Amino acid sequence: MGGTSSKLPKDLLSEYQELTFLTKQEILLAHKIFSELQGRENGPYGSRVSMEKVLTLPELKSNPFRKRICHVFSTSDMKDGSLSFEDFLDLLSAFSDSATLEIKSHYAFRIFDFDDDGTLDGRDLEKLVNCLTGETDDTRLTAEEMRQLISNILEESDIDKDGTVNLSEFQHVISRSPDFVSSFKIVL
Amino acid sequence: MPRHKLIASESDVSIEVDEGKDNEFSLYYVEVEESSKKGKEKQTTRDGRRRRDKNGDVSRRRASERRTTEGGNKRAEKKHERRQKTARKEGEKHGKRQRRKNADEEEAEEESNKEKKNIKNERTKTLKLEDEKEKDVKKKRKKRVKNEEDDGSSGKTKQKDCHAMPMKEKEKKKKRKKPETTSESECKSESESESDSDSESKDNQAVGVLGSLTPEELEKLKEAVEERKKLIATLKGKPWPMKKKLVILRESQEFVEKYEGALGKGKGRKLYAYKVMMMKKWMKFQRDIENFKTACIPWEMKIKEIESHFGSSVASYFIFLRWMYGINMILFGLTFGLVMVPEALMGKPYGSLPRKTVPREEEASAMNFAVLWDFGGYARYSVLFYGYYNNQRAIGWLKFRMPLSYFLVGVGIVAYSYMVVIRTMARNANEEGGGDDTSFNFSWKTFTSWDYLIGNPETADNKFASITTSFKEAIVEEQESRKDDNIHLTRFLRVLANFLVLCCLAGSGYLIYFVVRRSQKFALAGLENYGWWERNEVNMVMSLLGMFCPMLFDVISTLENYHPRIALQWQLGRIFALFLGNLYTFIIALMDAIQLKRVEEDIVKKNMTIWQANLYNGTVPDNSTAPPVTVHPADVPRGPCWETMVGQEFVRLIISDTMTTYITLLIGDFLRAVLVRFLNNCWCWDLEYGFPSYSEFDVSGNVLGLIFNQGMIWMGAFYAPCLPALNLLRLHVSMYLQCWAVMCCNVPQERVFKASGSNNFYMAMLLVILFLSTLPAIYTIVSIPPSFDCGPFSGKNRMFDVIQETLETDFPPWFGKVFSYASNPGLVLPFLLLLVLAIYYLQSTSKTYKRVNMELKKKLQTQNEENKKKNKLAALKAANELEQAKKAGEQRSNSASDLGVNEESSNIDEAGEHRQAGQNGHFIHSSQTQHTQNSEPSVSSNHTTTRPPPSRGHTSSGHLPGHPQPQKNSHSNRR
Repeated sequence: MGGTSSKLPKDLLSEYQELTFLTKQEILLAHKIFSELQGRENGPYGSRVSMEKVLTLPELKSNPFRKRICHVFSTSDMKDGSLSFEDFLDLLSAFSDSATLEIKSHYAFRIFDFDDDGTLDGRDLEKLVNCLTGETDDTRLTAEEMRQLISNILEESDIDKDGTVNLSEFQHVISRSPDFVSSFKIVL
Repeated sequence: MPRHKLIASESDVSIEVDEGKDNEFSLYYVEVEESSKKGKEKQTTRDGRRRRDKNGDVSRRRASERRTTEGGNKRAEKKHERRQKTARKEGEKHGKRQRRKNADEEEAEEESNKEKKNIKNERTKTLKLEDEKEKDVKKKRKKRVKNEEDDGSSGKTKQKDCHAMPMKEKEKKKKRKKPETTSESECKSESESESDSDSESKDNQAVGVLGSLTPEELEKLKEAVEERKKLIATLKGKPWPMKKKLVILRESQEFVEKYEGALGKGKGRKLYAYKVMMMKKWMKFQRDIENFKTACIPWEMKIKEIESHFGSSVASYFIFLRWMYGINMILFGLTFGLVMVPEALMGKPYGSLPRKTVPREEEASAMNFAVLWDFGGYARYSVLFYGYYNNQRAIGWLKFRMPLSYFLVGVGIVAYSYMVVIRTMARNANEEGGGDDTSFNFSWKTFTSWDYLIGNPETADNKFASITTSFKEAIVEEQESRKDDNIHLTRFLRVLANFLVLCCLAGSGYLIYFVVRRSQKFALAGLENYGWWERNEVNMVMSLLGMFCPMLFDVISTLENYHPRIALQWQLGRIFALFLGNLYTFIIALMDAIQLKRVEEDIVKKNMTIWQANLYNGTVPDNSTAPPVTVHPADVPRGPCWETMVGQEFVRLIISDTMTTYITLLIGDFLRAVLVRFLNNCWCWDLEYGFPSYSEFDVSGNVLGLIFNQGMIWMGAFYAPCLPALNLLRLHVSMYLQCWAVMCCNVPQERVFKASGSNNFYMAMLLVILFLSTLPAIYTIVSIPPSFDCGPFSGKNRMFDVIQETLETDFPPWFGKVFSYASNPGLVLPFLLLLVLAIYYLQSTSKTYKRVNMELKKKLQTQNEENKKKNKLAALKAANELEQAKKAGEQRSNSASDLGVNEESSNIDEAGEHRQAGQNGHFIHSSQTQHTQNSEPSVSSNHTTTRPPPSRGHTSSGHLPGHPQPQKNSHSNRR
């Protein structure tokens, strides 16, 4: 730990602690992992790590939403899903143990919003369900099941009946769920 | 990196100050003021120094002014000034860190210590004074206006430098007034506290504010600071990218520090930081405890794995098994720790008493495995069974009250089990009580079912599979609830099925009855003349019935075509009835056996006196001074000891039950799976998908097996203290064995379904079984006198006399008196009555609560609908306005103003729609409180009413809410 801490300026470190739900150790670990991803020591902070590299992390490797997660947390202008260290910290913070329901549900919404239009419509939901059921054909739902499922989802959570689930509806649904907070977690 | 430099430069500055030349002071002022004037002064301290040279004249002029005005007190003021400045500066420097809630608070403290030292070097006296003052400040942080006065007064009361203190205050004010005029700074403070994004004006304000502020403005400033603090605290909860957060954090931290620094509450920070640190430590500790707790739950991974493969219903069996294991652990702890171990350690050793010795005629075969396996021989005459225990009141050097302990443990086991089962039931009922939340079944499955912690591809595959199954089962459930086909046919089939099941039950009951009668005949004739089958006939028949009848029921239940969950419950109920019948037949047989044994015991008792008389007569000529006759305890005749017999029966039953379970598992599941797997290649039909196929995991049968097993433990634990230990062993083995079997030989059920609803069903059955199994145990304890020569209660008329005895001998007499008064029926009956009344009262109140709850829910729904309507109306209104504005725009020739209005109205329209959506969600979200609910619609109505009312001419009749949108667009396009 001591070796890595020297790379991250103390002021910045403490600011990161203030701004994330992470502890000092977690930030340092994140920094270590990130600089390993960068492949070189002491890289400048602005430099980004491409999505492909980030996705090699074991924590993200088997997550069906890995690409979405990268895209949501990326601040890159190129929209390529590459992450800077600060983006990476944002990601870990949102997925950390102590993050609030509000922030978790916000990011969950953005992750599920595949076309980034601010609402979850039928196509988003279909993609979401497909992500959840895996890539193989035997686990996939049939078209009929899918239609039924999506109509059921919309029936439940689309409160204003506009055919899509918006953020507040989403948060409303999520906030009642007993196990969202405990499962929306990534720990390095 | 620049931060490092900045710290270095700052420390340079402070060193400079420490050198303590008069000129330097003034320079320092300038520098501080200069640097604080600049928003980014930290990064540009060096520049600041350069500028200091440039602006040197100005500052010197200011300094000289100061000197002239303050004249003689100059020196003291300087010191104070400097101290304050350095303190503020340093406070800024490391206070920033402190308030960042970081983990290097220690460092910060070190730094503050350093700072203190510096100050001490300069002037210890003033430091003391300052300290006291600052303490004062800390106390009165809330009222800053008074603060300053208090500072002065406290300074006075301390009467050291009593001159300097007020002067210092004045000085402070004057100094701050200088850079700006009062009005200017006020102006800025106003704008600052509202918008406060401009960091440049902040410092001016910081300097100016304190000197010139009225209490209200100070109050405002305080609010602004608090707001900023709140912002800092909640910043991490904002879903913004890090860059934005960083900028805002820095800005608001600067802001807060400026003012807090200026308001001089340096020492308060330390306490605050300490508090924060402790808070964090405590939270962390709690989190660790939580983690530890979850890490302590055994078999979590196994169960998760099974869950991902087989769905929650199969996993629910294993969770139930684990729960049972936990309970048995406690039971085992009680019997082992309070009964078996004390007797083994402190009681008389084996062979000292007849009851602790294998009788002579059994000695030859006492170590044979067959006998031991039957829990005869040495196993029978050991701490495992009731008969071994001595009736000595207190044993060992601890004076352990063995009989009392035995009795209380027996009672405690039952009491604890009742408590746990009922508590669990109540908790489950609570969870189900929030039943309206199930309305998000599908959404939750979609939005929250992925476990982001999964990092293993295999687990992920399992998770995919389990999510798919859960989707499928949800869809199936949904369809099942909608589907209704030929009712008459299903009714007929259901009646038929129940008839068949009743036939099965009656048949099995008769079979057991027959077998038990037969076994009694065998027993009367002497079991030694019969073979293994005759001896174990009852147990085997019971086990076989328990094995095959459920299968039969399963076949029958396919006729009924129930929803899987309901089918499961029916199945459970039927098997329950079967097992219950078996168990009670068994108990009745046992009761008969007890009667037989007691008759035998009476005979032995008579013989005993004869034997004793013979013994004495034969060996001792002189009756009066009889030396103790030494007969080997093995030769002493003894009674049959029915309690041990009962205990043995239960232990045997448990053993045979366990064996049957395991063998069924091995043959029915494993062997079948092996055969199907390997014979499939050379068979004429497809075995895997055809007739035998692989077995499914039978949840209901297994759960019931577990429950009945537990019932037997409860029944028999009083007579065989080893039963909980045996059961623990059995549960442990079956956990692993069944986990393995389920993973390797079973296939997931075709109709998977959630078992969460059936948890309480299991519990209810467990409660019934608990009740039914304590009945016979209590009956035997209360109504049958214990054997005369074995067990802890021998020689007593009834087992519970041990309580009486303890009360009389171990407690002071008044206690016994009180107890006897309390147990007087005159007191007990009213007490019972009171209890009944209390139950009735609680029940009726709970009913009322339920009703009120339902009404509230209804109210919520109606309000929700009203709200929706209102929102729609608002949208309509907005559309009307738009229309109106458009009309107005067409009428008017001035296109510019028209455009503005139009845009505005379109904005309003969009905002209205947005609000509608947002409000709905938010409204329900916060619907627990009536208050927010009522306030929300009023907000929307306010919004709607503040807009110019639409003219009557354009009512909403012809317009749909979505309709004006394209019109508006086309309109603006046209323009």
